[in-house]
Amino acid sequence: MRWRVVVPAVVVAGLVVLLGYGLTRQPSILPSALINKPAPAFNLPTLDAADKRVGSDVLKGHVTLVNVWASWCVACREENDLVTEISQRTGVPVLGINYKDKRGDAKRWLARFGNPFAVVAFDRSGQVGIDWGVAAVPESFVVDRHGMIRYKVVGAITRKEMNKVLIPKLKQLQQAS
Amino acid sequence: MRISLILLAAFLMTGLASATDLNGPQRARYQQLTGDLRCLICQNRSIADSDAPLAKDLRHIVARQIAQGRTDAQIKQYLVDRYGQWVLYDPPFEFATWLLWLGPFALLLVGLIMALTIVRKRRDAPRRHAELDRARLARVLGETDKPINRPRKDHS
Repeated sequence: MRWRVVVPAVVVAGLVVLLGYGLTRQPSILPSALINKPAPAFNLPTLDAADKRVGSDVLKGHVTLVNVWASWCVACREENDLVTEISQRTGVPVLGINYKDKRGDAKRWLARFGNPFAVVAFDRSGQVGIDWGVAAVPESFVVDRHGMIRYKVVGAITRKEMNKVLIPKLKQLQQAS
Repeated sequence: MRISLILLAAFLMTGLASATDLNGPQRARYQQLTGDLRCLICQNRSIADSDAPLAKDLRHIVARQIAQGRTDAQIKQYLVDRYGQWVLYDPPFEFATWLLWLGPFALLLVGLIMALTIVRKRRDAPRRHAELDRARLARVLGETDKPINRPRKDHS
């Protein structure tokens, strides 16, 4: 007779936990397949000049924040000031990957909203974005001094995530040899 | 210099296969593959169904790789390397997906066990009631001595 009470109670409790887990996570944010993997190689023209190129070798030797953005991306505007702030507070250079954009639009965007980037690679076709597993801009990657991806932010960086996760992570990686 | 670059780019663009360039069997593979791959932005649609720009790019990649003679497994691996198992509508059986694969069968088993238990209980239960009823019936019959509801035979 006691089982008649215990079994449904356990089943209901299990369902509550399962549904609670399902409801509180964000299914649109996918785990990156590239965490703890080498940053995908690329070689692109820079945004500034079509005849200059920037490649994966710029990632070697120091911690880098890679920010994938586009002038048509509204959320990129929101995070732009924070990207600047992260770079200033940690001294980490930011590599921009301008994704499926027009050169003129991208340059105007930087002039208007500020340019936090050490260098911007111009990914007109979006192929490098695909190689980096970018589903939607903005996305940001923390790359360590050996060129390994250590963390990924999908969507605009928030102030909370910057303070709680990104800055500590960047500083910790800077100290690691 | 710039014009030659543009020409080169245009030449390269025409070199990119689109789905219309594929022959019959390749086209069938293309349809099958794009239907099996999940769009990353408009989740719950395949890249064949989706109008999202990324889905369009991925369709091009699938078409190009089929034209280059890569196998389905190689093309899927290309996308899994970038986007994870998530892009596959038909994820392989591995540690992270065992529940996904075995869960329905486990639930079916639980259901079967429950059904069997209930059926057994029901099968046993009427027998006990029948014995009770028979005892009562005997008593009733003993008291009345008349047959109850004996079916009449019609001679017609």
